[in-house]
Amino acid sequence: MAQSSKIYGKQSILFENPPYVLGCGSIAGKKEAEGPLGSYFDLTNDDPLFSKKTWEEAESELQRLACDMALKKAGLESKEIRYLFGGDLLGQLIATSFGIISLEIPMFGVYGACSTMGESLSLAAMAIDGGFAEKTMAVTSSHFAGAEKQFRFPLEYGSQRPYSTTWTVTGSGATILGKTKTKNALDIVVKGITTGKVVDYGVKDSMNMGACMAPAAADVIYANLKDLDRKPEYYDRIITGDLGVIGKEITIDILREKGYDITEQYMDCGIEIFNPEEQDTHSGGSGCGCSAITLNGYVMEMLRRKEWNRVLFIPTGALLSPTSYNEGHSVPGIAHGVILETV
Amino acid sequence: MANKSSIGDVINEKDSTLRDKKYNDYVKQVTPKFSCFRNCINAFIVGGIICTIGQVFFNLFMNFGLGEETAAAYNIIVLILISIILTCLNIYPTLAKFGGAGTVVPITGFANGVVSPALEYKTEGQVFGIGCKLFIIAGPVILYGVFSAWVLGLIYWILKVLHWV
Repeated sequence: MAQSSKIYGKQSILFENPPYVLGCGSIAGKKEAEGPLGSYFDLTNDDPLFSKKTWEEAESELQRLACDMALKKAGLESKEIRYLFGGDLLGQLIATSFGIISLEIPMFGVYGACSTMGESLSLAAMAIDGGFAEKTMAVTSSHFAGAEKQFRFPLEYGSQRPYSTTWTVTGSGATILGKTKTKNALDIVVKGITTGKVVDYGVKDSMNMGACMAPAAADVIYANLKDLDRKPEYYDRIITGDLGVIGKEITIDILREKGYDITEQYMDCGIEIFNPEEQDTHSGGSGCGCSAITLNGYVMEMLRRKEWNRVLFIPTGALLSPTSYNEGHSVPGIAHGVILETV
Repeated sequence: MANKSSIGDVINEKDSTLRDKKYNDYVKQVTPKFSCFRNCINAFIVGGIICTIGQVFFNLFMNFGLGEETAAAYNIIVLILISIILTCLNIYPTLAKFGGAGTVVPITGFANGVVSPALEYKTEGQVFGIGCKLFIIAGPVILYGVFSAWVLGLIYWILKVLHWV
């Protein structure tokens, strides 16, 4: 059987008709607003509960606001969206399920831990290029307090966080893709994707997620460059999701050993989003929201201004649950690469 | 001696168990750590201050004419109350960040461990929220504390029966 002309190497796709980015929305919390990227977010709120009663409701509200913002900026109504791909970190994806009810869009729930923005964006783009939809939306979120409650300790419990820990970002980002260009569309397309494998190098320390996820990120970057026969210089930026300072160092190290030097192009959303000294965030930001708001706030803006023209965006996820951790398992990582280019 | 592994050793290792071990060694090298010495000093200072405050209350209650046991009980109640108030005002986590074990070991740490889940889980209701989750941090301390006391009591009883004590 002849291989489709869209398929490259083992893990990559270049779309025949790359879907356009029709609109994007980013909603962030107070700490993110105070960070170096604060001015790039569409909407920020000083109230960590976003006028809701619980952390979980607050996170759902974040997703609703992000979707509404993306729709508003794209000049579209929710009924024009054929499929929504969304997910979050909370058990059984409750932030997404409750957040997007009012949109009434046919929906696929996805879980890729903090790599969800890349996973949902990949699927949203594939649905369009595959001819199954005219317009699709990808959304994800995380909330600092909700994540702490589920994965770590109650907020007021006094403990010391190791230097390798990251700070879960409170925020939600949504991207709308379309087959054809609309009036409000940005001059950006999703050119292709590289889907990651689950990679496990046996690290059991859930307080050092960067080290858990770095091999997965390096694996996807390597696969992307190999599959598409490219050099790192092809991209203006190679942007990982939330590896933090330790994960960044490891990723660059692994790729250098494999023959690619990405130091010039490399950027990590988790490192960019906070100021670690002033904001006491240790290794950097993390969570689905970290890469989601950095992409939909900062990266899209840089592409829109044509300061960058080719970006490889690779959100990274640590695939653990409190149960797997307590039962002594390691923390495998996953990453999903999305190629964004200006047109 | 700490094992030294470079990332080259890791990715060129074909055996996955050895590769994982080498990667973990490599990760240890690149991960910054807290200074143990500074942590000990901070814990000593903060824990010492908490215990001194306890001693002040104890002496105060003794001066009121209370017996030693009653004064000790009142002293504990006051320390727990202070810890609860500081937890609710979100001040205790800041103290703990600096003081480490100095804030965990005294009774104030135990109070913080009980009150913080109560605050966190109150949204899930009185029974399934506060009721079920109140002891998620302090529970193991209570369980194994009582169990250790029972084991020691048993040893003490045996020694007594044997007329060794």
